[in-house]
Amino acid sequence: MATDVMATPVAATGGKIKSELMQQRVRAARWFLLPMLIALAVVAGWPLLRSIYFSFTDASLNNIDGAEWIGFGNYFRVQQLASGAVRYRGLLVDADWWNAVWNTLRFAATSVFFEAVLGMVVALVLNAEFKGRGIVRAAILIPWAIPTIVSAKMWSWMLNDQFGILNDLGMRLGLLSQKVAWTATAETAMQAVLVVDIWKTTPFMALLILAGLQMVPKDIYEAAEIDGVHPIKQFFRITLPLVRPALMVAIIFRLLDALRIFDLIYVLTPNSSATKTMSVLARENLFDFDKFAYGSAMSTLLFLIIAILTIVYIWLGKVRFDGGDR
Amino acid sequence: MASIELRNIRKAFGAVEVIKGVDLEVRKGEFMVFVGPSGCGKSTLLRLISGLEDITSGEMLFDGKVVNALAPSKRGIAMVFQSYALYPHMTVYENMAFGLTLEKGHSKDEIQQRVERAADMLQIRQYLDRLPKQLSGGQRQRVAIGRAITRDPKVFLFDEPLSNLDAALRVATRIEIAKLHESMDHVTMIYVTHDQVEAMTLADRICVLRDGLVEQVGTPMELYEHPNSVFVAGFIGSPKMNFISGEKAAAFNAETVGIRGEHITIVPDNGTWSGTVIHTENLGADSYVYLEMGTEEPVVVRLDGANDYKSGDVVHIAPMEDKIHRFDGAGKPIR
Ligand SMILES: Nc1ncnc2c1ncn2[C@@H]1O[C@H](COP(=O)(O)OP(=O)(O)OP(=O)(O)O)[C@@H](O)[C@H]1O
Ligand SMILES: [Mg+2]
Repeated sequence: MATDVMATPVAATGGKIKSELMQQRVRAARWFLLPMLIALAVVAGWPLLRSIYFSFTDASLNNIDGAEWIGFGNYFRVQQLASGAVRYRGLLVDADWWNAVWNTLRFAATSVFFEAVLGMVVALVLNAEFKGRGIVRAAILIPWAIPTIVSAKMWSWMLNDQFGILNDLGMRLGLLSQKVAWTATAETAMQAVLVVDIWKTTPFMALLILAGLQMVPKDIYEAAEIDGVHPIKQFFRITLPLVRPALMVAIIFRLLDALRIFDLIYVLTPNSSATKTMSVLARENLFDFDKFAYGSAMSTLLFLIIAILTIVYIWLGKVRFDGGDR
Repeated sequence: MASIELRNIRKAFGAVEVIKGVDLEVRKGEFMVFVGPSGCGKSTLLRLISGLEDITSGEMLFDGKVVNALAPSKRGIAMVFQSYALYPHMTVYENMAFGLTLEKGHSKDEIQQRVERAADMLQIRQYLDRLPKQLSGGQRQRVAIGRAITRDPKVFLFDEPLSNLDAALRVATRIEIAKLHESMDHVTMIYVTHDQVEAMTLADRICVLRDGLVEQVGTPMELYEHPNSVFVAGFIGSPKMNFISGEKAAAFNAETVGIRGEHITIVPDNGTWSGTVIHTENLGADSYVYLEMGTEEPVVVRLDGANDYKSGDVVHIAPMEDKIHRFDGAGKPIR
């Protein structure tokens, strides 16, 4: 009883201190976030709003300030030809655009799938204990550390139909009957881009997954050993559920990246309709074809598509960014 | 039901030998406790028995059969880890049933029955749907024990299962483990601890380890009454046995004499020794008086009930003659 009486006032002050502390923390957090929010608004929010605005105008490169509002015309409009025939125009009925959308989705889904699987394999290997693990961990990051432009150029030489080392090797080993223009042929262009992207980004994926793997306590594998859980079952029943939060976040990072892929394709397969993605097409219209407003409409749609896919993914995958339900 | 025999077991991690040749027999249905100071190799020895660690040399036999190369899951063991090692993404029920669901030949009903029986034994029935993170430390520990029971093992291995619990819960869980042993008298249990009270209260036999070697094996009372060395004498019993050397020991024809605090009486005069009180501790039921009398550590006298000695008092003490332990220069008892 005596302790009860003693404890009450202490507990009361304890509660109050905590809430004050929380308030203080929230206030501090706001102040720390403010600079970043301002920076984001300036470098991301404002350009985004401008793009969206231009997509509803007739802006062109040499007449940006004089752009006039034309509504949804860039997206969809009905045109009456002199002959009286009716034509539908605009982005939503543009076959090139939908080809680019399809290319982008195909590229994103395939590359992220292989990167996730290979990244998981690499992460599992790197998580095992062996001599020289530190060096291997650092070495595996090299493809990711090389700037995309550099690695894209490097690969484009390796894939070159005349002097490329891959064709040379293939011929010498008898795997190829004739030299293949990997990046220029419509059938192989997408594969070539995928291979390079997977080569480049698997390390990043592996590292993110590795971080998740290292959070899994070691002792439960010993418990599993005693429970007689087969290693493959251990992976699917223990490892995978426990790294799932990290894996889902890693996938979403990569998905966002892959959906706006530009540099690799721009360098590796310029002007190939087999690989042209939304970003590449948008840039082409914005600056090469002087269809600034039309390009802005593409950028806007690209933004919408990425946003919707991300929301769907987060919702379906129940992704949590706070480190998962551990 | 399993007896376990260790024959000259050695274990080295790289160049460091941690277990240096252990011979030991654990009998069927016995509660064996490994005690020893930190780093002496208790956990390693237990992990060798479990099969989680490979034996460097020597032979391990379960029921007379060599099991050196047998996988842990085939040895009929269950282990309770110090860190609980519960699967964090599974409910209590799933944690307890996981091993069984993967084994062939258990129907759903049978698994449920076994899990529920274990849960009832440990009074965790109401937590079966919870995740480990929604439980307190003591509840998690019971789930870990429950998971082990569900496996229906022949050998139960515990590695310091109580060390993460607070004092009160420790006592309660200790009693539960003792009851568990009584109710599962066909199961051999090996229990690692560095707490000698746990060892004394739980064990049928205690194995004292020191630096990778077995120092002594025996029942708690054997170790208490007839320690095989100064090390065991000092390790078993609380408060620690008093050791007196030099001239005072020579009077008893020994290099060192050991006498427990409870075997010393304070006498008005004509004591064997005398000393100055430097500190007293009253625990209610009994009390300790610490005496300075030229020994390395102060001599502790344990008295029944409270006492009112004050620092600076000079008192005479007399050891009970038949409770004196005499040791030679090598730390071995003189009998
Ligand atoms: N995997 C390992 N690699 C190298 N050395 C190890 C390994 N495991 C244990 N050791 C060493 O073996 C010795 C015994 O370790 P062990 O864990 O068996 O001690 P312990 O008696 O259980 O101690 P504690 O009471 O602190 O748990 C220690 O010196 C430890 O450093
Ligand atoms: Mg240990």
